Amino acid sequence: MTTIQFILLILVAAIAGMGSVLDECQFHRPLVACTLVGLVLGDVTTGIILGGTLEMLALGWMNVGAAMAPDAALASVISAILVIVGHQSIGAGIAIAVPLAAAGQVLTIFVRTITVFFQHLADRFALDANGFGIEMCHLGGLLLQGIRVAVPAALVAAIAGTDTVNALLASIPEVITRGLQVSGGFIVVVGYAMVINMMNAKALMPFFFLGFLIAVFTNVNLIGFGAIGLIAAYFHIKGLQRDIAIEQAAQTGGSAAGGDGLDDIDDSELM
Amino acid sequence: MEKTLNKKDLINVFIRSNFLLGSFNFERMQAIGFCVSLLPVLRKVYKGDKAAMSAAMKRHLEFFNTQPFLASPIMGITAAMEEKKANGADISDQTISGVKVGLMGPLAGVGDPIFWGTLRPVLAALGAGIALTGSIAGPLIFFIVFNAIRLATNWYGVMYGYSKGTELVNEMGGNRMRFLTEGSSVLGLLVMGALVAKWTTVNMPLVLSSYTNSAGEQVTTTVQTILDSLMPGMVPLLMTFACMWLLKKNVNPLVIILGLFALGILGYAIGLFA
Repeated sequence: MTTIQFILLILVAAIAGMGSVLDECQFHRPLVACTLVGLVLGDVTTGIILGGTLEMLALGWMNVGAAMAPDAALASVISAILVIVGHQSIGAGIAIAVPLAAAGQVLTIFVRTITVFFQHLADRFALDANGFGIEMCHLGGLLLQGIRVAVPAALVAAIAGTDTVNALLASIPEVITRGLQVSGGFIVVVGYAMVINMMNAKALMPFFFLGFLIAVFTNVNLIGFGAIGLIAAYFHIKGLQRDIAIEQAAQTGGSAAGGDGLDDIDDSELM
Repeated sequence: MEKTLNKKDLINVFIRSNFLLGSFNFERMQAIGFCVSLLPVLRKVYKGDKAAMSAAMKRHLEFFNTQPFLASPIMGITAAMEEKKANGADISDQTISGVKVGLMGPLAGVGDPIFWGTLRPVLAALGAGIALTGSIAGPLIFFIVFNAIRLATNWYGVMYGYSKGTELVNEMGGNRMRFLTEGSSVLGLLVMGALVAKWTTVNMPLVLSSYTNSAGEQVTTTVQTILDSLMPGMVPLLMTFACMWLLKKNVNPLVIILGLFALGILGYAIGLFA
């Protein structure tokens, strides 16, 4: 690893760390972070494949409300460094990604707790009408999140590819790395389950089964499913509108259109 | 003298809206980020009035948390309200805080299923599927499409929120938000069903019986061929339901992931999975 690569690597790690809290550009997602690490280290293909594999793992990891997801940033950056520099298998990458995601989660919770200090500092700047001070508090929190990934990444990059590390990774038995790759094929169900639970819409589950059945028995691609989903959503909303109209009509005393409307709603469910 | 915001101020708010979560903390969450996003507005309308500026900063350092992309219309509305207030309109601190608090819940309710429940997982699954072949198109599609939609949301959110002002609050109170939430949930769940069937790989090559039929062909029955003849994709479907159930029991997702890894390693070791 050249000095320039090392510096770029730390930069990528810091951007991924900041991305993990911002959740805007998605630099912390394995698909992006691993690709960037691959680009810096001169093996972009391995980075992309590892990124795709870990993205499946992390598909449902999201910060909703105050809940904290496992940390994709640290897991992506460090496992990409170890796999690419040490010429390890994708399976080994998965093996180290999971404990790293847990470690990263602990680190980000730690940072988000000490950022409370900046919150109170900002209160004091507000008393003085000091906008610059508040901006610095904001930046402070953001930089801490960058450092939280950059420092571990730098440490790992310094030792990655050495005989000790390679021997350690090579000591993972093949049955484990192969088994992990096999699990990589279906680990994404955890993500799907998280997303479905988050939507929290039991009444809409028929649409889930509809998508499943169409996928099982046809060759429609993802764009096609998007289009079918939009049409289903259209009919569902039409049904909802009628429902609401009926409710309002019932409240005002008139219920003439009642039966008619209900029939139409049944149509949309069949669709 | 009338203090009005111009396009440049709003563009400044838009740029800052991309860093809303930077100083997320467990006490007041996105509070500093919201205040910093609104600073260009406050600096303009409360220029030279230190007391009013200080009070405005204080009210925007209150607890704030919503879906980050949909914070932008709230920033737009708040900018419009601060502008009116600075020009003498009778808008109290409580009114501004009330609008913010009143909107952040419903907007998170709409934004979470749209962005985290539908858009990102679908694009990520699409991108990851392509990436597994080693093609740069995978990460590029995910990154570009997601960010294009996100930036458009932030941009129009700030601009539309500002131009509509408090009018928008009434608009959001209606059924439109409910339609948007349910519509995107329908789309998301339908695609999620398809992903469970197609974006998973389970292969169980364990041979149950093998014989040579009358035509002299070798007929091998594995666990997988039986499952496929019943219903392809059944195993991932059942796994998904098992995970949903475990998650509802508050099991840590990382524990479930480790459990599935153990299942994969064990299955591979005994020849059930390949």
